Amino acid sequence: MPKPPSSHVPLWRRPAFRALIIQALLLAGLVALIAMMVGNALSNLEARGITTGFGFLGERAGFSIPQTLIDYSGDSTYARTFVVGLLNTLLVSGMGIVAATIIGFAVGIARLSPNWVLARLASAFVEIFRNIPLLVQILFWYFAVLQALPSPRQSLSLMEAVFLNVRGLIVPAPVPEAGFGLTLTALVIAIAASIGFALYARRLQARTGKALPVYWCGAAMIIGLPLLAFVVSGAPLSWVMPELKGFNFRGGVTVIPELMALWLALSIYTASFIAEIVRSGIQSVPKGQVEASRAIGLSSNITLRKVVIPQAMRVIVPQLTSQYLNLIKNSSLATAIGYPDLVAVFAGTSLNQTGQAIEIIAITMAVYLTISLSVSALMNVYNARTLIKER
Amino acid sequence: MKRNNNKMLISLSVAALSLGMATVASAATLDEVKQRGNLNCGVNVGLSGFSSPDADGQWQGLDVETCRALSSAIFGDPDKVVFTPLTAKERFTALQSGEIDVLARNTTWTATRDNSLGLNFTTTTFYDGQGFMVSKDLGVSSLEDLGGASICIQSGTTHELNLADYFPSKGIEINTATFDTPDQTASGFASGRCDVLTSDTSQLSALRLQLPEPDSVEIMTQLISKEPLGPVVRQGDDQWFNIVKWTVFAMVNAEELGVTSDNAEQMQSDPPNPQVARLLGGDGNYGEQLGLGNDWAYNIVSQVGNYGEVFEDTVGANSPLKISRGMNALWDQGGILYAPPIR
Repeated sequence: MPKPPSSHVPLWRRPAFRALIIQALLLAGLVALIAMMVGNALSNLEARGITTGFGFLGERAGFSIPQTLIDYSGDSTYARTFVVGLLNTLLVSGMGIVAATIIGFAVGIARLSPNWVLARLASAFVEIFRNIPLLVQILFWYFAVLQALPSPRQSLSLMEAVFLNVRGLIVPAPVPEAGFGLTLTALVIAIAASIGFALYARRLQARTGKALPVYWCGAAMIIGLPLLAFVVSGAPLSWVMPELKGFNFRGGVTVIPELMALWLALSIYTASFIAEIVRSGIQSVPKGQVEASRAIGLSSNITLRKVVIPQAMRVIVPQLTSQYLNLIKNSSLATAIGYPDLVAVFAGTSLNQTGQAIEIIAITMAVYLTISLSVSALMNVYNARTLIKER
Repeated sequence: MKRNNNKMLISLSVAALSLGMATVASAATLDEVKQRGNLNCGVNVGLSGFSSPDADGQWQGLDVETCRALSSAIFGDPDKVVFTPLTAKERFTALQSGEIDVLARNTTWTATRDNSLGLNFTTTTFYDGQGFMVSKDLGVSSLEDLGGASICIQSGTTHELNLADYFPSKGIEINTATFDTPDQTASGFASGRCDVLTSDTSQLSALRLQLPEPDSVEIMTQLISKEPLGPVVRQGDDQWFNIVKWTVFAMVNAEELGVTSDNAEQMQSDPPNPQVARLLGGDGNYGEQLGLGNDWAYNIVSQVGNYGEVFEDTVGANSPLKISRGMNALWDQGGILYAPPIR
């Protein structure tokens, strides 16, 4: 018979106490090591006459950046350079995640299609883009495809409004005029109404089994209502058309080729992985599920959307999260083609101009860590919601 | 790929800075170089005339010859140099962290770089200025005509800063496209990504030769900056600082005194005047003052050449670049090249 726990056991022989001591010692050791490294680095930097600290963030950066989402000039500070770079990183990552998800799901589902040609094309897509290094693909899109486009004077044009040339894609810039607010208000109302309608339809279906055309009605409202408001208020939107003046197009919005190349490469490369994840997710759903849904007369479209994909999602989401994180981190390859992302303008040019490697690299690492952890947390919330509820 | 090296270099340098930099800083660079048996020299990844590998894979150029002269001064052998090709962004970290002993990579001497990076600029080996290269058929004659133009530029250079200083202050709007290496910048210009390529005029002369049709472009005469280029060392080692400085001075003095690689041997045995005798080690202990042998300057000139010889062979008349001496002529020949005397 085991001895009952007794208070006579000496403190140092209790497992809980010993575990606590070991953990505390480990933590103290780690803190001491980090403190030693930081102290050593600081004293070495001082001994070598290298300026330290974060004061440089307030100084004038003095260089220009080809693409900025916020106002920026050579007179802006390094802190603003950092924000510009961060926004550019978020822009290309966000665009990449959306495109990679759409392409990835389409290709992944196509790969399982009974249509032989479609399935083989999807397989070829995956095998080609998954097995070529991303950097090579970025350089391919940039130097082989986009740099081979014609010069501004020989631009490819669509209706003399959209132009494509070696300097990028130039589209007309919308300029809202007085009264455009009505259209925006209509859009907000339409979105709210669609959500309300979808909730109502779901409840109606749960109660009566009657299915309403939620997607069609939602789309009609979101497109139709603002359009109606736009026409009624007298089309209060003008366009600044791009015009070839001097060296370049003036007016309009220019999407620089660096952004296009990076976006294409990131989206397609990541999509090839997402396609495989989607395929494995779908194949993980037992065949009986499909057979059962066909047996009760559901169409193959409904079967895929309402039976297979929801069950596949719990396999897909965790892996999808890592692909999103990979895409965000891979966007730092921007520096290879001069897209002004965080690494290129902050950890690259700013570092070189100020020479403050430790501070800038530390900030950059902290930023990527924060972005990655945030995305991961969001995806975990989504994952928890899509888990099969056991009742 | 270079890209990976770059990242690795930065992270390694950060690690080096945090852990073991004190050892690099305190040790005398000369002793370390002698013990290692070779000089580690940081150069450009490929810039014709300054440092680029030739058909046999040997590094050639003005910056390369500076490193070789330094090797001659230390070892009496110009070939004990290990060249580390560095991009503009990598160069200072490589020097700070001790990966290289000296940086001879067409680097502009500026106040920030000299004062806050823990570096010392030794002296100027090439006086340059930032210029502009355009296609001839654009019909551009002055910088004022460049409003709205796209300009290709190398990231992490003083050129980026000069450009942002110059055009906005003149009220001229320009666009930029930045690239990482001179090669990429040139290919961006060649493909039409930009109308104008800006860099030091010496670089423009070199990059022009890489273009498919070098004669279709012209280098504009207007300059917007001073770009004194020269070798750089770490702060805190005065002996090493002096060695690099005086290696260059020896080459300039040799040209001024008419000592060449051909006549150095004869001049050493029979110096025509006391100045030559002091330079070539026949009088005084000027080499020993630097911690080198007394024949240090003799070795430099006989094995590598004087400044004029090196200039003409790498960037001047005997090279494809054909850059004229201009500002880089000796002070007594209309230029601003002026080395302190050896005495």
